[in-house]
Formats: sequence, C-alpha cells, structure tokens
Amino acid sequence: MEFLTLLSFGPGGWGDEIARGALLTIELALTTLPFGLALGLLVALGKDAPSPVARAAANIFTTVFRGLPELLTLFIVYYGGQMLLTRIAGYFSPGANVEVNQFLAGVAALGLVLAAFSSEVFYAALKAVPRGQKEAAFALGLPKWQAFRLVVFPQLWRVALPGLSNNWMVLMKDTSLVSVIAINDLMRQTAIAVGVTKQPFFFYLVACLIYLAFSILSSLVLTRAEARASRGLKRAGAK
Amino acid sequence: MLDTLLAPLGQGFLALMGFIGLNADLMDRYGLRFLSGVWVTIELVGLSMVFGALLALPLAIARVEGGKISSRLAFGYSYFFRGTPLLAQTFLVYYGAGQFREFFTDIGLWWFFRDAFNCAVFTFTLNTAAYQAEILRGGLQSLQVGQSEGGKSLGLTRYQIYRTILLPQAYAVGLRPLGNEVVLMIKSSAIASVVTVYDLMGVTRLAFSRSYDMEVYLWAAALYLIMVEIVRRVWNVLERRLNRHVAVSR
Repeated sequence: MEFLTLLSFGPGGWGDEIARGALLTIELALTTLPFGLALGLLVALGKDAPSPVARAAANIFTTVFRGLPELLTLFIVYYGGQMLLTRIAGYFSPGANVEVNQFLAGVAALGLVLAAFSSEVFYAALKAVPRGQKEAAFALGLPKWQAFRLVVFPQLWRVALPGLSNNWMVLMKDTSLVSVIAINDLMRQTAIAVGVTKQPFFFYLVACLIYLAFSILSSLVLTRAEARASRGLKRAGAK
Repeated sequence: MLDTLLAPLGQGFLALMGFIGLNADLMDRYGLRFLSGVWVTIELVGLSMVFGALLALPLAIARVEGGKISSRLAFGYSYFFRGTPLLAQTFLVYYGAGQFREFFTDIGLWWFFRDAFNCAVFTFTLNTAAYQAEILRGGLQSLQVGQSEGGKSLGLTRYQIYRTILLPQAYAVGLRPLGNEVVLMIKSSAIASVVTVYDLMGVTRLAFSRSYDMEVYLWAAALYLIMVEIVRRVWNVLERRLNRHVAVSR
C-alpha cells in the first residue's frame, strides 16, 4: 500500500515524474532511430563501394564505434562537441561559451553507435540480395537510385529486419546511459525519486520493469513487422 | 633493479608520446593510473565472465532439460536480465543493497555489498550469465539427439554425457557468440565507473574532471579499442585451433 502511494500521480507520488521520464526515453530512442539507420545504410553502401577510400573509411567507422563503450562515445560527443563548438564560436566572438543541448548530444552519440551496428546488418543483407536483381533493374532502364529503392531495398529490408530488431532493443537499453549527462530520462527521474524517498530497491525495480515492458512491446511489434516484410516469401514446409 | 630499468623506458615512452603530439606532462601525471584502470577493467570482465559461465551452465541445462517450472524460471531470468539496461541493474544492486544493510549485516554479507567493485562484479555476473546461458542453450539445441543417445548406449551416466559429449560440442558451436559476449562485457564494464569504481572509464573521468583536457578520452578510446582488438584476435586463433576438426569451406 505504501508503495502504491509512492507511485501515485500527483504531489505525493512519483508516478507522473517517472512516466514523463519514460516518455522521454521513448522519444530519445525514436529520434535516434532514423538518423542511426540512415547513417548505417550509408556506411553499409560505403563498405560495398568500389572506391577503396570509401571502404576503408566505412570499416574504420564501424570498428571504432562498435569497439568503444557507449558511455565513452557519449562523453566524447558531449564534452568534445562542447569544446569544439566553443572553440569555433570563439573565432567569431571571443569568450563565447557554447552549451551543447544534452538531448542532441545523446541522439548523436546513440546514433553513431546504432549506425555502426546496423551498418553490419545492412551490409550482410546487401550481400544476400543476388547481383542479378540489380542487373535486371538496370536492364529495364531504371536509373541507379530507382534500382536501389524499388528493387534492391525491399529485398534487403526483409533480410535486415531481424538484425535491426536486435539493434533497436540494444538502443533502447543504451538510452539509459544518457542519464549520466543529466537528461531527465526514465533512469534519471528514478534516481531523483530514490534521492528523495530513500527507496532505491523499489524504484530501480520499477524502472527495470518499465524497460522490460518496452522490450516486450517492441518484440511484439517487430515480430509482426518481420512477418509483413516477408509476406512475399514462401518457405519450404510452410503452408 | 627493476626501477632503474623501467624509469628510462617510461621516459622514452613519454618522449615518444610528446613527439607524436600528445600531452606528455598529462601522461606523466595520469599514465600509471590509466594502467591500473585497465587492470581493474580486466579484473571486472575476467571475474564476471568466469562466474557468469558457472551460473550459465545450470541455467542452460534447465532450459533444455528442465520441467515446466525450472525451464520457465530460467527463461524468465534470461528475459529479465537481457531486457533491462545494465545500468539499471547495477543501480538496483548497488543502491538496493544499501537499503537492506541490516539484513546483509545479519547474514554476514555486508562486507561484500559494501564495496562498489564487488557490486559491479555481482551485477555483471548475473547479466552475462543470462546471455551466456542463451548461447549455451543454442549450442546444446543444435546437437542431434543421436549424440546423447550414443552416450547412453555406451552406458555413460547423464553427467558423463554432458561433460564429455554434449558440452564440448555446444561450446564449440557457441565459441563465436561467446567471443562477442567478452567484447560486449569489456564495453559494458565502463558502467562500473558510474558507481565509483576506478576502472579505465572511472580513471578517465577523474583525469578529465581535473585537467579538462579532451585528450584523456582519446587515450581511453585507444585503450578500449586495443583491448577489444586483442580479444578479437585471440578468439580468431581459438576458433581456428578448437574448431579445426570442422571442415570449413573457405
């Protein structure tokens, strides 16, 4: 009963604060997703490019951002971005101090990590689409972009989706790290509630269960998306 | 004796670092701390991986062999630890343990949970056990029934079948994902710095908060990448050695 009061919405409880934090966590993950995936696809195309410079750059990008701890990437983007922008602003108006928006820093850092991991998935999927598909599209007279968008991409998508689902799950858990640079996400709101109520076990358990609920919900949605992406495919043994 | 040998070596290293444009003064001040940070990170990962492997074994076997209750419990365990952020788990253990201080004192375990390093190892162990159990389960389930039937017909006990037939093959199948898990663990171990453990990440944050020099983050990045790369290389060798009986078409 006492715990229910702690979670109630309103001045006495922490329900509304935690719900707002949870909302921000989702917002952060959903904002990162398009940037990370777009960059990841670009990097994957870079790995497949004829130019050795593009290939090397894409591979270095993946190696670095897959190998660094996400927390370190976040700090480098946040503090590094702050220092870089301050220096640039210093040229125009000396003594200027730039504050990097924490949310943007979080999106940028998580986006880089997501891009590195999803580029591997995209690359493998790219390899799974037979060459003949692209060649046939060219033979039909489709320009390069349309051949990719209409012929290669829909097939690539089906193969890539399970891997990308995995990336999404990891991304959602990684968003908890941004609480360290003072974004009021689920994790930080929970920490604030703990600071006031001195009930760490209860509140962190609630936070864990909320993350767990997000995971379950995502996996339900993604399973349906996977079924939809492969609706044109007949498997051996399937009805 | 060792000092006289190491001192010029250190000086030479610092001179070289200064030569390629790094801040040698800063490195002189924090270099040794970074080395100890690397060691703490290695300890964190090593201990968690070993204890995690021990815990993963019964979990995986419960998933494969267990009855309704034990296999569901093992599944729930894996699902919880794989579906929630490690940061939240670490906070749950570290701050949560403080709340039950009297209880832990009573059962004589407070000395363990008082220490942030122990809490980190404890949490990481629980976490990696969930992942390793899934890897091992995948390996076990990839084996054909004939493997355990063959063992039975030879009159081996269940324990012997697992020890000599099933587990070696399951680990061989799961070798690559296990390597990935080591890499993931090295990266995740940075989270320990948030609960005041001075691992590589913790040392880096300390050095940065005192010097405000971005360079320390680049050192940390280089050190983490080196650790990850070493694990990757070692795993490639391991895989070649241990799976050499498997015909690979390359």
